[in-house]
Amino acid sequence: MTTTRKIVLDVLKPHKPNGVDFATALAQLSPDYHVRLSVVEMDAKTESVIVVVEGNNIAFDSVSELIKKMGASIHSIDEVEVHGSETI
Amino acid sequence: MIREKDKQLLSHIYRGKKIARRYMVTNGFDGTLTMLGMMTGFYVSGTKELGVAINACLGAAVALFVSGFSSAYLSEKAERQEELRKLEQALLIDLEDSHYGDASRYLPLLIASVNGLSPLSLSLIIVAPLFLAHHGILLPWSPFLVAIAVALICIFLLGVYLGKISRQFWLWAGLRTVFIALILVATILMFDI
Repeated sequence: MTTTRKIVLDVLKPHKPNGVDFATALAQLSPDYHVRLSVVEMDAKTESVIVVVEGNNIAFDSVSELIKKMGASIHSIDEVEVHGSETI
Repeated sequence: MIREKDKQLLSHIYRGKKIARRYMVTNGFDGTLTMLGMMTGFYVSGTKELGVAINACLGAAVALFVSGFSSAYLSEKAERQEELRKLEQALLIDLEDSHYGDASRYLPLLIASVNGLSPLSLSLIIVAPLFLAHHGILLPWSPFLVAIAVALICIFLLGVYLGKISRQFWLWAGLRTVFIALILVATILMFDI
């Protein structure tokens, strides 16, 4: 059994929802999620952002599904932190 | 309680609030003036047949609803699709399943409903005195005069609402729209034969 504790994503998103709403929606997926968003590049209709999600057990599928639902796309998974557990 | 995903959809739809508000006033104004014109016409022509007048007004009200709904739906749908396509090109993804896709489907329906229901509901309020008189309820004046007064009140309230949006003095904004309505009444009276 492994748990994903941190994911860093390179995301291309439209201007709306804005960074605060975008990060808030992701953080509300689970009470222990900690989300950090920083804008890398701004375009006329889009913005490239780095989204850092930290938590005890991150469900990547839910995260990527919500990102897609908000009209954004994941360009790359830049960093992942996975913790393994001892099996008997 | 509103779910987070609904909040996201609503935030997109919320952009349509201003458009819907504008449509509500402009088409509501259309509907009210149409009814006012018809009532004035019936009054000066000395129409006694309330049933005929009610049917004519209802026909016009339904026509205003269909016209308002279909025109707003078609134009808003086209606008939203164009907006969605441009965003899809910028993001290089399909947005049909996103909140943007949902909003592009629901927003035209919402705006079209406002655009259609606004003149219909105002028309029904203005025609109400004719209904009442037709069903034997005694009115202080001719039912057409009462309907004209109701129409003027509706127009005044629309003006007050416009004044509230533009942060103008409510009485002045209301009287300005009533003045436009009185010009309409005077013009119809001028052409009375």
